[in-house]
Amino acid sequence: MRKLVIGLVLLAAALTACTPSTPAPTPTPTGPRTLTIMTHDSFDISEETLAAFEEANSAKVEILKSGDAGLVLNQAILSAENPLADVIYGVDNTLMSRALEAGILEAYESPLLAQVPDHLELDSDHYLLPVDYGDVCLNYDKGWFEERGLRPPENLEDLVKPEYKGLTVVENPASSSPGLAFMLATIGHFGLEGDYTWLDYWADLRENDVLVTSGWEEAYWGAFTYGSQGEGDRPIVVSYASSPPVEVYFSGEDFEEAPTGVVVGDGSCFRQIEFVGILKGTPNRDLAEAWIDFMLGTTFQEDIPLHMFMFPANESAALPDVFARFAVIPEKPAFVAPADIQANRETWIEQWTEVVLR
Amino acid sequence: MRKRGKGQGAGGTRGSPVLLLLVLLPLAFLLLFYFYPLASIVGLSLAPEGRLDLAGLVHLVRSPYYVRTLWFTTWQAALSTLLTVVVALPGAYVFARYVFPGKSVLEALITVPFVLPTVVVAVAFTALIGPRGVLNTVLMEVLGLERPPLDLQGTLAVILLAHVFYNAVLVVRMVGTQWANLDPTVVEAARVLGAGRWRAFWEVTLPLLAPSLGAAALLTFMFCFTSFGVVLILGGGRYATLEVEIFYRTVYLPNLSLAATLALIQILFTFGLMSAYTRVQAWLSVPRSLRPRQVTQRSPRAVREWMVLLGALLPLLALLLAPLGALVERSLTLGDVPFLAHYRALFTNPRRSVFYVPPIAAVRNSLFYALATMVLSVVLGSMVATALSERDRRRLPLARVLDPLFMLPLGTSAVTLGLGYIVALDEPPLNLRTSPVLVVLAHTLVALPFVVRSVLPALRSIDPHLREAAAVLGASPWRVFREIDLPIVARAVGVGAIFAFTVSMGEFGATSLVARPQNPTMPIAIYRLLGQPGVSNYGQALAMSTLLMLVCTLGFLLIERFREGEVGEF
Repeated sequence: MRKLVIGLVLLAAALTACTPSTPAPTPTPTGPRTLTIMTHDSFDISEETLAAFEEANSAKVEILKSGDAGLVLNQAILSAENPLADVIYGVDNTLMSRALEAGILEAYESPLLAQVPDHLELDSDHYLLPVDYGDVCLNYDKGWFEERGLRPPENLEDLVKPEYKGLTVVENPASSSPGLAFMLATIGHFGLEGDYTWLDYWADLRENDVLVTSGWEEAYWGAFTYGSQGEGDRPIVVSYASSPPVEVYFSGEDFEEAPTGVVVGDGSCFRQIEFVGILKGTPNRDLAEAWIDFMLGTTFQEDIPLHMFMFPANESAALPDVFARFAVIPEKPAFVAPADIQANRETWIEQWTEVVLR
Repeated sequence: MRKRGKGQGAGGTRGSPVLLLLVLLPLAFLLLFYFYPLASIVGLSLAPEGRLDLAGLVHLVRSPYYVRTLWFTTWQAALSTLLTVVVALPGAYVFARYVFPGKSVLEALITVPFVLPTVVVAVAFTALIGPRGVLNTVLMEVLGLERPPLDLQGTLAVILLAHVFYNAVLVVRMVGTQWANLDPTVVEAARVLGAGRWRAFWEVTLPLLAPSLGAAALLTFMFCFTSFGVVLILGGGRYATLEVEIFYRTVYLPNLSLAATLALIQILFTFGLMSAYTRVQAWLSVPRSLRPRQVTQRSPRAVREWMVLLGALLPLLALLLAPLGALVERSLTLGDVPFLAHYRALFTNPRRSVFYVPPIAAVRNSLFYALATMVLSVVLGSMVATALSERDRRRLPLARVLDPLFMLPLGTSAVTLGLGYIVALDEPPLNLRTSPVLVVLAHTLVALPFVVRSVLPALRSIDPHLREAAAVLGASPWRVFREIDLPIVARAVGVGAIFAFTVSMGEFGATSLVARPQNPTMPIAIYRLLGQPGVSNYGQALAMSTLLMLVCTLGFLLIERFREGEVGEF
């Protein structure tokens, strides 16, 4: 019996020792105010940058992450009566119409929008303000193509040619946000009607033995020859235009050129723009505005590339060296209007599934 | 049914008000943290403006696709369960009947698959059976082929294989525990009376094992029925279970009305299955004569016994341990780095990220949630099992409904319930939406069925005459419990505790919805690393997975050790 008691005491001690450190739950009225931001899993920022905001505004920033951007938005809509946060960040152009229709936001025209190029400002009423963007593009394994003396692909059309049979891996648009973006690129590029529609393209791609994975991780780490370090057999993958500089950055080595390349031919990429907005009914409107100004300011914007692997929306933000040297930004990404995406997303994904998987 | 004498009451814990009290607390827990959030989210999804919107249901009825999905969901789960039982049963036998060196470590190792995130398992499977994997490379060498002969990517075979990989331990542990206490003389008697080896197994051993085998098969079926990661990731999008469809409809093609309808269908199906199972189960379980392990277990002696042992264990171990080995190997060698480089990188934060979590902190968070889940679910689960083990149905009305109710969380989509928490638990005193407590509650809901299903067959197998005899001989109710119930049940509670610990260590879906990013568990840290390009991140994710395996193995060994030390061997 004594052993049992000792065991229980030890267990209790272990539990107490393990308790995740949570900030004190009772904010005193005199203490700093708390600003809560809800966002997706990919949000990241450096300690110094966050501390700079907290000090300047004598506030505490609390960040809530919950899965993919789509799930975060659903949570925001479902909790509209009793909002989880003051600010939502990470709604992109594929989701913005849904966010705007749901009426969960408050407009705010930040003075810093002046430094953001017009083509990123998709919401003229300023409920959603652009923070960063990134292009979903095909990446390829340079070494693999060099070894075989094969020319790397230059546009979407190349992928359905016989010499590229069985070389491509893409993500399922029903379960992956780059997958959805790439599907939208094909819609923007080939169109919904005409002699050769986007669905014809996907039928040909299927003929050409395209591999579909559920998410970016499985495609990049599992199937992509470079990412999987030789275990996968697909030298072409749907990823981001920023992936090559990130590969260089994390390798810790000095490369002459990036080990992977990006297909940036006209209409072969889809641009994701990420937005921030103030959630309706926040008691901290002034703090929320300060946060948005802060996100659009150069300190935060210059933190974006190496923390979120996206490009800053503010044109006066300087790019880190590795991005300046190795990143390519496509000049003419394919375009599909947010309202069209919202209206047709479900149909398009079902059509895609029918053509590619069934 | 045996007639109960007044000695029955001598246990003191068997009166019906006590039974009701026992079941009341777990029931309140279920109502508050399961039914209430679930009803809230389903209500909000089906009637967003307060008016019922049945668009989801209409869509569902019109499309044969969903009928096909339900059918696929069901038969792949049934097939997976059958395969799991066939692969794992010989292992259960060997673990139950033999003592051999390294047994407890092996037992701990085969439990590890249960906690591994699917993404990581996909990596391991690719390393073994992918186009450039070990198997294909060997086959190409041996057969002199130009191209890899096996293309298993995105096939049903991989899904089934992964289901066996994940669930085999359920059968080994749950059936093994009961098998170990089965009186070998019963089988010997059958053999003496002329039954062949097989006949004795089919007609004597198997019926005696039916309660625990049924419980293990049921849990396996439920896991495969609600399979999400395996089907989504290894199935390459060609296959979809109901759970996968619910995920699609909740996250990427937001159609909450349809998602809620699908979630309801899944829950109703679960309830039907559980009700049927409960009836069969109560009817199957009879008190039996049990023998302590010292009597039933021994070392293999003859060469033939060693052959049986190896023959039963090797296929199981190959299937379960090879992927684990592949992961460890990759975590060390990926990208031709210096020894342990990925492990060392885990301890650095070169970009000074706010969300950097030292591995020790991730281990600590995971252990906190797992231990808390274990304690809470063992307490609640034992209460439920004790109440449900009552054979006289008049003493606990509604038992037939109560039992399946506690199983429902297993058949419920994590993402649906997660959204339910956000909608329902949003006001004081239950404003738990962002509290770490919520993680423990969510894990306990899933862990509870494991404890109940492990403990219930053991409780029912106790012959009430034993208790009566002890009471007649003057033992106090406490002493009866300590000397009779506890030794027999302790092992089963231990198995339940291990599964509760395991469920929590590996859980990802609910955790990612409710955990604050500053306190991630190990699976969440793994996903976070995998979400970024760069070989170093990939290597660190594999290193963290290896750490997860290590922590779990040690955890299992410790739980096992503690339990054996406390309540002698039985």
